[in-house]
Amino acid sequence: MHVLMFVTQFLRDMRSQKLRTFLTIFGIIWGTASVVLLLAFGKGLHAQNQRAMYGLGERIVILWGGKTSKPYMGFGRGRWIQLREEDAHLLKREIKEIGGISPEYSKWSTTMRYRKNTVTQNMIGIYPIFGQLRNIYPELGGRFINHVDLEDKKRVVFIGDKLKKDLFGADKAIGKYIFIDNVPFLVVGVMKKKSQDSSYSGRDENKAFIPATTFAAMYGYKYVNNMIFKPEDARQVEFVKNQVYKVLGRKYKFNPEDKEALWMWDTTEMEKFLTYFFLAFRAFLAIIGTFTLIVGGIGVSNIMNVVVEERTKEIGIKMSLGAKKRHVLSQFIFETLIITLVGGVIGFMFAFTVVKIFPYFKLEEYMGTPEISFSAALIAVGVLGLVGLISGFFPARRAANLNPVQALKF
Amino acid sequence: MIHMKAIKKIYSTGKVDVEALRGIDLKVEKNEFISIMGPSGSGKSTLMNIMGCLDTPTSGEYYLEQEEVQTLNPNQLAEIRNQKVGFVFQNFNLLPYATAFENVEVPLIFKGVSLRKRRKRSEELLERVGLKDRMDHKPTELSGGEMQRVSIARALANEPSIILADEPTGNLDSVSGKEIVDLFEDLWKQGHTIIVITHDQEISTRTKRIIKLRDGMVVDGA
Repeated sequence: MHVLMFVTQFLRDMRSQKLRTFLTIFGIIWGTASVVLLLAFGKGLHAQNQRAMYGLGERIVILWGGKTSKPYMGFGRGRWIQLREEDAHLLKREIKEIGGISPEYSKWSTTMRYRKNTVTQNMIGIYPIFGQLRNIYPELGGRFINHVDLEDKKRVVFIGDKLKKDLFGADKAIGKYIFIDNVPFLVVGVMKKKSQDSSYSGRDENKAFIPATTFAAMYGYKYVNNMIFKPEDARQVEFVKNQVYKVLGRKYKFNPEDKEALWMWDTTEMEKFLTYFFLAFRAFLAIIGTFTLIVGGIGVSNIMNVVVEERTKEIGIKMSLGAKKRHVLSQFIFETLIITLVGGVIGFMFAFTVVKIFPYFKLEEYMGTPEISFSAALIAVGVLGLVGLISGFFPARRAANLNPVQALKF
Repeated sequence: MIHMKAIKKIYSTGKVDVEALRGIDLKVEKNEFISIMGPSGSGKSTLMNIMGCLDTPTSGEYYLEQEEVQTLNPNQLAEIRNQKVGFVFQNFNLLPYATAFENVEVPLIFKGVSLRKRRKRSEELLERVGLKDRMDHKPTELSGGEMQRVSIARALANEPSIILADEPTGNLDSVSGKEIVDLFEDLWKQGHTIIVITHDQEISTRTKRIIKLRDGMVVDGA
């Protein structure tokens, strides 16, 4: 049928029934905005959680010594296994699938002093790669512990951003000396603020990091608190973990099958869980949004039914002039699709605006930064189109199935 | 051209069946000018609806230009209404939001005529019914007689085989009514086949044949 006439008639209808039009379109706007926003916030929340999770380290495994639970080679059960710094080298040498490994000495209640401020915090001794494994980035103007520091056992320290604030307040920290257990250390870097949702020895923001060699020389610790390592390829994590049991089992003479001899925290498992959890969560949000949109669609369908009712006479006239079912059908489906399209576009723009404005509320720490992804847009468009078609189809079919004689009498 | 054999139409309204047409036998030749008369309830409109393929008979055979109407599906019936029949209604049945021009265009649109040809044809038709200067007026801006002339132009759009008019002057004053009948007469002289349903003796006397209906049967003029 004549598209221009369609449009003029449609606009005339819309104008003459302003409130009705608005309410109809509002349903679609609301539905579209719901789908898009829920998906956007779901994605943002996922990203935020992932970021926070990566604050502990991106796909790392944390390794502690444990206590044997099986007798092995003449040793009884219940023997403590404690890890040494050189074990890091041993593991790296023996297991080539390990991408990076760092020992971690740890000393709680280390007194740190800058001028009159004294803070007692955890201090750890690590290798330069620790920063990379843990997603620790220095603020501008600073750097992390490096290989020269390690080799020369330099008395340099890298501090967490919160610790920096506690010690220095607003003052510049880099290049200043602080006293760690009364020994002067040069501050070489401050950690850039990061989200970290889990920890085993306090948040990195509160810690002081010094070279492992300096640490060992200063305190004479024989054993490290733990190590962190990362497989070259995340898919090899299980294999690498088993290799660690084998290599260390050989050295410390425990049964490689004895899972209690070492203790490992595999953060990839948490990531897997989070991935599945958010997949389910976002599906759930999408379903809720979709239902909202469907409710909007039902509204449109109802209105179109009323419109068909109102135009019964006109449909009769058109049929008497030779309109086929498909002409009538397409007119009403076309109108429904226009309503849906207009509502959808406005809904999209609304959602887009919300997403753009949201960062100004400074809530990303809790809710993440919503993000309209291509897939979310695709889902919304798909659902919207489907809702439009279905909600238009039934009234349109009713119109097309009208008996022309009855319709003309209307 | 029209051949009806034993056409019956029964309306079922719940428990009661109403026999609107009780066996109509009728032949209409090309280029006839016929009026159908009869008291209300005699089945005139039902007969016209069936002739115009708006409605289907309950039983009987209907041939329209060799087309076996009872075997056609709704889409084919729509095509017949579009191309072989032109309706003129008592209350005009114009689309209120469309101009005279656009109203005449509608059957051409359903036939799938191109925009340029449509424009030319609609103008021609409106000129033929004397409304060339009224083309862009909406029905509300036209008088009753003018509206009926628009609907006649519309009825002629696809060169139909027959023009069916149901009380075409019923809503018009006598002067406009006469003009409409004059127009029908002109069209008849130009070779169109015209069937008019009417109560009006003045109209029926000007037609060349009068078919009288009573209680769903043809009593005269078959």
